[in-house]
Amino acid sequence: MTSLTSEEFRYLREKLRREPNDLELRVIEAEWSEHCSYKSSRKLIKQLPNKGKHVLLGPGSDAAALDVGDGYAITVHIESHNHPSVVEPYGGAATGVGGVIRDIVSMGTRPIALLNALRFGDIDKDAKSYSRSKWLFRNVVRGIADYGNCIGVPTVTGEVEFDASFDEYCLVDVASIGLGRTNRIIRNCASSGDYIILAGGATGREGMGGATFASKDMIEENRSAVQVPDPFEEKLLIEATMEAAEQHYIKALKDLGGGGLSCCLSELSDTLGVGFDVELSKVHSKENNLGPSDLMVSESQERMLFVTDSEKLKGLKKIFRKYDINFSLIGRVKNHHDLVLRFKGRTVGKMTSDLICHAPMSVRLSASPLYINEIKRASIPPIEPPSLQKVLLSMISSPSLANKSWVYEQYDHEVGARTVLKPGSSDAAVLRLTENKLISIKLDGNSKHCYLDPYYGTLGCLSESSRNVACTGAEPIGIIDHLQFGNPDDPQTFWSLEESVRAIIDFCKFMNIPVVGGKVSLYNETFKGPIKPTPVIGCLGIIEDAKWITGSALKPSRTIFILGLTYDEMGGSEYYEGYHKVTGGVVPRLELNADRLNRKTMLSLIHDNLVTCAHDCSKGGLAIALCEIALEGKTGLEINLDLIPNNCSRIDNLLFSESQSRFIFATSQPKDVENLLKSTPGLVYANIGNSSDSKTNKVIFTSLGSSVIHSSLAELEKNYNSLNRNMS
Amino acid sequence: MGSMFKVAIVTFPGSNCERDVQTVLSRVYKFQPDLVWHTRPRLGNYDAVVIPGGFSYGDRLRAGAIAAKSPVMKEVKRLADKHVPVLGVCNGFQILVEAGLLPGALTTNSSLRFVCKWTAVKVINNKTPFTLGYNKGHTFSMPIAHGEGRYFVDIKTLDTMKRKDQIVLVYSGDNPNGSIESIAGVCNEQGNVVGVMPHPERGSESILTPLGLNNSFGIFNSLKDYCIRTHA
Repeated sequence: MTSLTSEEFRYLREKLRREPNDLELRVIEAEWSEHCSYKSSRKLIKQLPNKGKHVLLGPGSDAAALDVGDGYAITVHIESHNHPSVVEPYGGAATGVGGVIRDIVSMGTRPIALLNALRFGDIDKDAKSYSRSKWLFRNVVRGIADYGNCIGVPTVTGEVEFDASFDEYCLVDVASIGLGRTNRIIRNCASSGDYIILAGGATGREGMGGATFASKDMIEENRSAVQVPDPFEEKLLIEATMEAAEQHYIKALKDLGGGGLSCCLSELSDTLGVGFDVELSKVHSKENNLGPSDLMVSESQERMLFVTDSEKLKGLKKIFRKYDINFSLIGRVKNHHDLVLRFKGRTVGKMTSDLICHAPMSVRLSASPLYINEIKRASIPPIEPPSLQKVLLSMISSPSLANKSWVYEQYDHEVGARTVLKPGSSDAAVLRLTENKLISIKLDGNSKHCYLDPYYGTLGCLSESSRNVACTGAEPIGIIDHLQFGNPDDPQTFWSLEESVRAIIDFCKFMNIPVVGGKVSLYNETFKGPIKPTPVIGCLGIIEDAKWITGSALKPSRTIFILGLTYDEMGGSEYYEGYHKVTGGVVPRLELNADRLNRKTMLSLIHDNLVTCAHDCSKGGLAIALCEIALEGKTGLEINLDLIPNNCSRIDNLLFSESQSRFIFATSQPKDVENLLKSTPGLVYANIGNSSDSKTNKVIFTSLGSSVIHSSLAELEKNYNSLNRNMS
Repeated sequence: MGSMFKVAIVTFPGSNCERDVQTVLSRVYKFQPDLVWHTRPRLGNYDAVVIPGGFSYGDRLRAGAIAAKSPVMKEVKRLADKHVPVLGVCNGFQILVEAGLLPGALTTNSSLRFVCKWTAVKVINNKTPFTLGYNKGHTFSMPIAHGEGRYFVDIKTLDTMKRKDQIVLVYSGDNPNGSIESIAGVCNEQGNVVGVMPHPERGSESILTPLGLNNSFGIFNSLKDYCIRTHA
């Protein structure tokens, strides 16, 4: 049984002009899997704009590299480990972290931060999926924590969403940032006679066929396809690679991830434009009886492939010995273009790297999903509840909106002594790069919006992550994307993917922000069908002056402003989906001009040092955003809802609409702010209230002279901590 | 005036915080810190030794247990016997306890979870080289990040430790890991070997300190004062 389609098999036979043997077939299966070949999505993602003044290396390398000035470069990469995490959440999540870290290391840069975006099924106590979702959530977080903590890379920010569409499933996206001197970035090169060295963990029977496994619908649990984590080995590998890169002992470097040696050897020889002669019996392994195909498709973790010349080999070996790292010389670089595989001297496979690495593209049909129109037709706005205070308290205690300190306190977010704005204290993580230069980064996704409208939903994620980064004082310089969808054979699923990519192209071209890296994960399905479309967007920004760093904690006696207009856009909101259990309605639109204007205005206010706290309005709407800054700063506030610029037909919509492009911020210089905002043509803004003096700890929203919300901080805090209590 | 005091930062496979300590000691306090790999047979003349945090040997067996048997620890002990200040931070504290240079044991947090957050601590003994700049009872904050930081010691030893002023820091307010009597840091009888679970290197700069908190700048500043005094 082969996982190749009959067309693919025919194509392979034509190109080879013979039958492939079993080993060759397994190598091809791994590399032609969706996971490695992007055969469904490549045509789409090729259209993403990826050029920009900061971009040193764009998509195509193990990680993207961006020039941040002063002789430094940052690298960034995002991956998911969804399939393995569903089956074995601890090991799946941990090895996901390990994989993304090695992508950063293989550029010769030191990983300085980890981020994650996690999605689980419903964990409300009465939900059917309660115990399984909770089990997945608990163990995914522990897996990420144990791995990241052990290797000493801080996990600085993340997001968690709960939605019934992920029942029996989960999405585990991890991203990493690296830092290094620009002139030390490893730009792979090789010449005939160079050595090919496999270093790190021994190869065993783990993760056999993992790439192929990740490219199928999840029908049965297959624990043997999940890899086993060893963060200590990874830590040694990081340190050894850093030392070797520093000494210029490495000519080319690649991590072993999905598809194991099959993908690593073929992709590296293809990008280098050289042939590899490999003796598989030299691979250091955990057991004696591994055959050549086992060795080629094993996804044992913590392994990297080095290429170096005979002169540098001595130094490299010395470093491996210092760190007790096992390694084997498994082959030599040759002047041909083939991947030649031998086992105990006998040739067991021979194909051109070009053939292995360029799977025939799949033709996918696309059709607008029927459900979208059905939902639009069926959706009736829910009746306005009598007590909005009760609604607010219920919403702020819902798992998606509640405080996540149970999660981020398990992550060492301080190691590295760079974390300036820490989880929970700002819209995005801020890390110090050099003395006065900082990076800001945030991942955002919204499966509820994207399900109802993948185009506007994706635009919303792009806007949200850019807004989050801007709130900390950073100018966005790059976008990363992780596109997670169901089976692309289904034209309706493929249509969602197309819509999502179209949104990224539109946004990034308009804003002139390049897409520097990304990944596609398809076949995210359970027996119930595909997951909701879930693109996760990451935005990277640079803060050029430490004075600009801005958090989200409200301080006493400040004036509070809003930028942007609130519309009746309730589709996919936490209010509709979480509180009313209604799926439907209009998803927030994005007007690119207003989005850019509001973000640029927010940034110039921060750069003029006029802002003491800034926060974007997103999940849960304005009401939740205001509660969040109050809780973070332990400071009450009073807001006049009548002053908020809006087009809303109802007050509950005004409070909980998730309209894009909005910011709230506080200032101690309201006159200066007002003057600046007044002189900005086309800007929608308002002064909407004040934070209280240090003694009044109440959150009060009024309309037409009477209070709509009147809650003590203590009461809000109790509800806000419900997830933490539930998980402890 | 930059001091030229030399500090050895003893590094094991799996140490994580050695570069953080090195950067802070040189940039903030103007020490001359050296990273010393665990295989170095002799530790020369150092003014102080720091054993940094991390997961030496991947926490295998028990946190700190394998590193404690490393030959370099004999050298650390030799310097400690010569009254050279030795500070173990987090995993460094665990290593000093496992090596028998400090009393007690560090066990799994009572929550059974790793915990990373800023915690307030109170100075109990202000005579050690790392706390002499503080007043007794002074409270300040620094981050913790550990899964095995619950300090435990039998009551008899605890009484002796109290009598000999070996409790250096206690958590003030919230006890984040269930340590006996909220102990966050202890010292040997002579007071020159100190182990703390919180990370002073992460709390030494104002840019890394959350608003409104007193950071732990005084720990390494005390060491600097101590070095100046002993060399005067």
